[in-house]
Amino acid sequence: MAASDSTRSDKMVALEVFRYRPEEGEEPFFQRYEVPYVDDWVVLDALNHIKNEIDGTLTYRWSCRMGVCGSCGMMVNGDPKLTCAAFVRDYYPATIRVEPLNYFPVIRDLVINMDDFLDKLTEVKAWLVPKEEKPVSEGEYLQTPAELAKYKQFSMCINCMLCYSACPVYGQHPDFIGPAAIALAQRYNMDSRDDATDERGEAIFSHEGIWECTFVGECSQVCPKNVDPAGAIQQAKVTATKDWYRSVLVPWGKKKAKTT
Amino acid sequence: MTTEGTKSKEYIRPMPSNWWLKRRSYFLFMVRELTCVFVGGYALFLLVLASRLGDAVGFVALLKNPLVVVLQLIALPMVLYHTVTWLNLTPKVLVVWRGETRVSPILIAGVHYLAWLAVSVVVLWIVLM
Repeated sequence: MAASDSTRSDKMVALEVFRYRPEEGEEPFFQRYEVPYVDDWVVLDALNHIKNEIDGTLTYRWSCRMGVCGSCGMMVNGDPKLTCAAFVRDYYPATIRVEPLNYFPVIRDLVINMDDFLDKLTEVKAWLVPKEEKPVSEGEYLQTPAELAKYKQFSMCINCMLCYSACPVYGQHPDFIGPAAIALAQRYNMDSRDDATDERGEAIFSHEGIWECTFVGECSQVCPKNVDPAGAIQQAKVTATKDWYRSVLVPWGKKKAKTT
Repeated sequence: MTTEGTKSKEYIRPMPSNWWLKRRSYFLFMVRELTCVFVGGYALFLLVLASRLGDAVGFVALLKNPLVVVLQLIALPMVLYHTVTWLNLTPKVLVVWRGETRVSPILIAGVHYLAWLAVSVVVLWIVLM
């Protein structure tokens, strides 16, 4: 939030902010705001300053301002960023251009419609489906540290959707299940307590799933949590290919249930 | 919940056809994809070359053809770029676990580079033999 006065100076920094106000006009436009330059401000602080002091009509999402909630993702100078982690000082003295996340429909100003992503999370069953439900009295579903290590990286996803905005494949083919949803599907497929790999198969081991990916790799570059969705997708391709060869070469063999 | 009457119009931003020029990484990706044409083309060229193996004069004449020399000089950097970017991506695809720790990506890529070097040495040995 507002920084201490000691870090304030007379310097100003300009922001060009994408505005879209459907009730006022069809076309979006960029609005320029001058805000004080504060050394420890992030772009979200600058937006909050605009909202509180200059223009209360500016609309955007944010919540935790500490890189956990995944709400404040926007395009900053063309790069998908969590605005709570994008320091103004890294852009100063250049003008900072803030736009809503790429490839998603814009509802208003910097707010995008994320229904498509939420539907895809449901489609890939991004939750734990245990082999058999057991009553609480029987205790936890146990797991070794080695079993946890296999999927832990993919479980760090905060659903911020920066990876979707970095993915030109998603931009051109909105049907693509996309980086985060596939990484999360892979996270549960690799979980030793889960038994729904086959149920997720139709969504992810399909053309709209992993095979749509051309391995641009930008999803992993922009991920604020180092989830590496590009890696998850390629590893799923290897698993799917091995399963296919196994089904052709050993048709009488039992289908392997778990991904390795 | 939004009802149909109150739902406002959403703005869909068009994706420009030159999107791949807008980011360095997109451009490098497109170059990587394009270089596969040269990999495939060179494989065809090797087939043509192999068909001339029985004809020593024609074989050498084909290799000395200025057009073929120029094509080879273009194909070499393309194929090298394709190979290097391909090998650099192997750690993303191949994940090896030693207990709870993941084998270093540098080691995974390194083994592939070593294998490339070994195959190249064998080919060089066959050619010079």
